[in-house]
Formats: sequence, structure tokens, C-alpha cells
Amino acid sequence: MLRFLHQFASPPTFYRRSAQLLPWLAVSTLLLILFGLYQGLWLAPPDYQQGDSYRIMFIHVPAAWMSLFIYMVMAFSAAVVLIWRIKLAGDFVIASAPVGASFTFLALITGAIWGKPMWGTWWVWDARLTSELILLFIYMGIIALNNAIEDKQLAAKAVGVFVLVGVVNIPIIHFSVEWWSTLHQGPTVTKLDGPSIHQSMLIPLLAMALAFKLFYFLVAIMRVQNRILSDEQNKTWLKRLLIQ
Amino acid sequence: MNAYLAILKRDLILANRNRSALFNPLLFFALLATLFTVATSASTEMLSEISSGIIWVGALLASLLSIDNLFRSDYEDGSLEQWLLSPNKPTFMVLMKVLSHWLVSGLPIILITPLLAVILHFPMTGLNVLVLSLLIGTPVLSLVGAIGLALTLGLRKSGMLLPLLVLPFYIPVLIFANNAVLISASGGDASAQLTMLLAMLVLALTLTPITVVYCLKLSLG
Repeated sequence: MLRFLHQFASPPTFYRRSAQLLPWLAVSTLLLILFGLYQGLWLAPPDYQQGDSYRIMFIHVPAAWMSLFIYMVMAFSAAVVLIWRIKLAGDFVIASAPVGASFTFLALITGAIWGKPMWGTWWVWDARLTSELILLFIYMGIIALNNAIEDKQLAAKAVGVFVLVGVVNIPIIHFSVEWWSTLHQGPTVTKLDGPSIHQSMLIPLLAMALAFKLFYFLVAIMRVQNRILSDEQNKTWLKRLLIQ
Repeated sequence: MNAYLAILKRDLILANRNRSALFNPLLFFALLATLFTVATSASTEMLSEISSGIIWVGALLASLLSIDNLFRSDYEDGSLEQWLLSPNKPTFMVLMKVLSHWLVSGLPIILITPLLAVILHFPMTGLNVLVLSLLIGTPVLSLVGAIGLALTLGLRKSGMLLPLLVLPFYIPVLIFANNAVLISASGGDASAQLTMLLAMLVLALTLTPITVVYCLKLSLG
């Protein structure tokens, strides 16, 4: 198993295998997004309280899930970089950071658009919103740190440490922000933790969540491939592959 | 043990030789408080409500701006490298460096806090808790700041990067400290928040030295 992983993590093998995988990923992402959007925007019934405006949920909620999911994948890869010094894992961390930041931003923006008709305001200093905003800052810090260090190997390790420091801190931040906003917020914010969600809304939600995950892996693999192309441009295996 | 005390002694002597630098964080702290009052309506009611926030943000920024002194000169003259090569435990060295930094730039700020509390119309019932929260909280800021500094030590232009990396991790300390102060200023019992701050201090004391040493080794190559 470990030997297989080691082989897979060598840039030439990864480049070839992932190139075979990409079309499948792309097609299934597209199909799932179309299916999810059709189910969510046409087939699902309007909400009895929120009418049609709840439908932004099918973008907002999966994006918010993705913001944490990508961070967890990055933390795992960061540990792999620091423990086994596998270069590809470092590439994966750095390739994931902008995708994670984009999903976090998307979650915040769609949340604001949803909040305006529902809460009557674009922004509330609510626990979830605040911790999502802090997560965006952490993602930005990761990208800035990577851009500041010229040596790519060193950058991968430094970013790895920083991602792991973040992983220790994110639960503390989340918990403290929850504490802060529950003590400070006078009027209760009407939140959407209604009773269990109906199946006709759950299926498109899950489809969109899966589609976003596939999309993330698709984009991350493409970004890793780009990094391999620029890092190994003078290697013979790459020249031979490109000539073919 | 003597080796670690020697570090502490050396850093304190160095700080004492350059006394004007000692006053810089204090001056910055006082100036920041003035800026806040000038930039707002400066009414007594509003100030008494936000003064603990001003004091905490001021202490936080003063600690962040002076964190460069922690390793920068030792990094440039090579003594940091010698320390990591020596048989002494590098984690304890880091702890001693952070302690000396806190004694030089953290403690003075706490000592003038009562003075600032008076001019900012801070409700005096909460003063004990304010000072206590600073005593527990600012070492956490120094420890977390040391990670950011160690990560960016080798970079030429790290001026803006360090705050970007470190500030998100300061937020929990700020929340619990400010909460403790607000509760005690309104006559409540803030021991739960202070205990949480203590827990963060213990966590930072145990985990950050290891991380800092790893980052220092990365920066030294």
C-alpha cells in the first residue's frame, strides 16, 4: 500500500494517471451540477416560509461545507508533507488554497445575498458568519505566505506548518466566536435550522455537495499538473510525454 | 539551566542598554488610545463601553509590532544558529526568549494600563480583571507571534505578512479577555473566561515552542 502510494506520488506517474482521470471527473462534475440545479431550481417545491429565495441554499450550503472540507484535506496533505516529505502533497496543499478561499468567499457572498431578504441585512456578526470570515483570512494568509517565499520546497514546508497551526486553532476560534456572539447578540437572529429537511430538497443539496467536491478535485489536480509542468520542465520524462 | 538563565540575563541587559527602545511600545500604546478617542465622539458613556477593547487592541498591536525584536538581531548576527546547534534544548531557549520579550515589551504595557484606564473612563470595578486578563493573555500573544516571526524570519519583505498570518489566531484571546472584562465591569463573575484564557496559555506554552523551533530550522535552512 505504502509502496503504491509512493509510486503514485512521483510526479511522472501522477501526471499520467491524473491525465487519464480528468475527463471522467470533468464530465461527472458537469452532469451532477446540471442534475442538482435542475432538481433544486425546478423540481423542488418552494419553501412554505421563504418562498423561492431559499433556493440559493443549493449553492450556499455546499460552498460552506467545502470551505471546511478543503481545509481538512489541506491539513492532511500538510501532515504528509512534514512527516514523509512527499513533494506532491505540498503541491496539493498550495493548489488547494485558492480553491478553498474561493469557496469560502462564495459562501460568504451567497450568505449575504440570502441574508438581505431573510434577515433584512447584508451582514450580521453572527457566530457562523464571523468564523467563516476568519477562515477566509486564514486562507488568504496561506496564499500570501506561499507567495512570499521564493524557494518552492521551503514554501511548501512553511505553508504546511501554518496550515497545521490553523487546524489546532480553527476549533478554538469557532468555539470562542460562538461564545462571543451568543453573549453579545441581543435580538435573536432567525436562523434556518428548521426541522428536518424534506427529501425533495435534500437530494439536490447532496448532489450539489458531491458536485462541488468533484469540482474541487478537478481544479486542484489541474493546478497540481500546472505546477509539475513548471517545476519539471527540463526533465526528460516530460519532454518525451509532450512530444508524443 | 544556567544556559537558559544566561539567555534571559543577556536579553534583559541588552534591553537595559537601549532604554529608549523600552519606551517605544508604551508610547505607541498611549498614542493608539488617543487616536481612538479622537476618532470617536469621546463621550464618557461610549468610552466606558469600548475602553477595554481599545486597551486590548492596543496591547495586542504593541506586542505584534515589537515581536521583531524577539529573533531578528539574533538571526542576523548568527547567534540563533549557534543556539540551535548547541546541546541545550532549543524549545527552552525559545521559551526564555519569549519570556524576556514579554518582560521587556509586554509587562510595561500592563503596568501603565491603570493610567490609560483612567483617561479612557474605564469602569474601575473591572480594573482587576482587566489587568489579570492582560497578564494571562499577552504571553499567549507573544508565543503565537513567535511562530509567525519564525516563519517569516528569512524573508526580505515580511513587514505586512506577519500581522496577516498571526492576527486571526489572536481573535480567541481577544474574545475571552474582553468578555471577562465586560462581565466583571458590570459586576459579574468572570472566572470562567479567565480559566479559558489560562487554558489557552497552557496550550500555547506546550505547543508553540516545538512549532517555533521547527520554523526556525526551516528559516535557517
